Amino acid sequence: MAQRIRGNVFVVGDNIDTDQIIPAQYLNLVPTIPEEYAKLGTYALSGLPDGYPRLVPEGAAKSPYVIVVAGRNFGCGSSREHAPVSLGAAGVRAVVAESYARIFFRNCMATGELYPVESPKRLCDLLKTGDEVTLDLEAGTLTTAAGATYPLQPLGDAKDVIDAGGLFAFARKSGMIR
Amino acid sequence: MGMTITEKILARAAGRPSVRAGDNVWVQADILMTHDVCGPGTIGIFQKEFGAKARVWNSERVILTPDHYIFTADAKCHRNVEICRAFAAEQALPYFYDPGTPSYSGVCHVTLPQKGHCRPGEVLFGTDSHTCTYGAFGAFATGIGNTDAAFVMGTGRLLVKVPATLRFVVDGGLPKGVMGKDIILRVIGDIGVDGGTYRALEFCGSTIRGLPMSERITICNMAIEAGGKNGIIAADKTTLEYVRARTDKPFTCVDSDPDAEVLSERRYRAEELVPYVALPHSPDNLAKASDCGDVRIDRAYVGSCTGGKTEDFIAAASILRGRKVCVDTYLVPATTEVAADLQRETIGGKTLAQIFQEAGCIEPAPPSCAACLGGPLDTFGRANGSEVVISTTNRNFPGRMGSKAASVILASPLTTAASALTGRITDPREFM
Ligand code: SF4
Repeated sequence: MAQRIRGNVFVVGDNIDTDQIIPAQYLNLVPTIPEEYAKLGTYALSGLPDGYPRLVPEGAAKSPYVIVVAGRNFGCGSSREHAPVSLGAAGVRAVVAESYARIFFRNCMATGELYPVESPKRLCDLLKTGDEVTLDLEAGTLTTAAGATYPLQPLGDAKDVIDAGGLFAFARKSGMIR
Repeated sequence: MGMTITEKILARAAGRPSVRAGDNVWVQADILMTHDVCGPGTIGIFQKEFGAKARVWNSERVILTPDHYIFTADAKCHRNVEICRAFAAEQALPYFYDPGTPSYSGVCHVTLPQKGHCRPGEVLFGTDSHTCTYGAFGAFATGIGNTDAAFVMGTGRLLVKVPATLRFVVDGGLPKGVMGKDIILRVIGDIGVDGGTYRALEFCGSTIRGLPMSERITICNMAIEAGGKNGIIAADKTTLEYVRARTDKPFTCVDSDPDAEVLSERRYRAEELVPYVALPHSPDNLAKASDCGDVRIDRAYVGSCTGGKTEDFIAAASILRGRKVCVDTYLVPATTEVAADLQRETIGGKTLAQIFQEAGCIEPAPPSCAACLGGPLDTFGRANGSEVVISTTNRNFPGRMGSKAASVILASPLTTAASALTGRITDPREFM
């Protein structure tokens, strides 16, 4: 797994709940069915209030943004795994937020879809959608195109699980299950 | 040093003499619940990871309750129920509450208590964030995603971090017009939608002990709205009466030790509580109902796992009786048992159903989650425009009841009913 993710950010605010990440009308899509997995990606973050750009532009299959930058309590609300799955399916590789809701964080880890990284600094106020950054998971830093570098919280055990590809791959690798 | 009730339950489930907040432990599950939204994905992962012929770890302990998208023409929703049905048949699951048959029940979080699946001291996982509801029975219960659920389905086990406890002590007599919903809205307003993240929210005190199970369910249901991992109320006589009437399976009650360590303790005097609302668009946007008389509403909604129980309809009917609503008023009983109670329960010689009909409410829908979470466009009561809805449900983030342009105000059944009569947010004591 590459430890550096370079690309454009999509910036949102505080308390982005799972209904905004993937609205309930799309929960009839089953993430384990490949076409429906891809479809979920096209609706990622489509529940954001009007005024936000689309994460995945109309007609596109993938997002031009690979990192979502958020404020506090990202992913609060429902336990729907469709939320991290839709972001992963859209091509988002990491979220950098001030804090996460517990189930969303755990679902990122269990699915291995994306890295939920915590930032002590409120980056959603410093960056704007479209800015190019480099996220270095090994060093635990986010660097802007202008060269500013911000330290991130270490991901700890969660990183090993996501690196392995999720809970099942990790459990097999470490001999917890066959 | 003693343990909290949450620590004790997790210690037992981990086969250890004790655990501490922050420990990561493998625990044995007693119940895994899943439904039509997350069941098909969970089943898909289970079959992929454990093999097409794999058996669930214990068929008596996997409960399947399709409830979210039942009364819709949407073909994918039907397909999803069909996936659940085929799996239940293949695994011979005795507790599959099958839509369209007499065994159909409705909303999972009211079904599990009513059918005797919630027992003190046990560990329950569910693919739904409001699984924390079952903490009302002195159990550890928390919501998980599909992948974790598939793991539990195959192994019966899950790695859990033991949460530290935030304790809320409520003492004294609840004033007229104030319900369990008001207690939890106040708590969420005080600590915020992330104030309980990774924490156990423990509720105790004489007020809590005086509440019936329906009200304790409302309180624990919304622990997740503060980000809580679980909500919990130790079992007492009220719990045992409810549980014993519904199951003869054995269980062990536990409670926090007096010297257990908690992260914080907040105390409330019940007498000081009033009817509250959570204004758009966040469950912690707390206000007193009496301060919001200038907020007009277009619609009232009584339903969901939080606010669609028999006692919630009795509360609403007590306000609506002999009066007329002036906005569209939608009623969705949580389960078939609640739906039957609308015809059975009476106030002043009239059934609840009659009272609602005479008050001008829209005819109650069949039991399901309905518009609590928006759902397909043809969902009963779904907000499809810029409606302002006052609702007994539990969440009001943008778009929750369907339309992003709609505004949802959370309130108790009493406050919701009073507001339906006036067309603006109304303190129910005006009608009591
Ligand atoms: S009634 Fe609402 S909150 Fe309860 S399980 Fe259904 S959708 Fe979730």
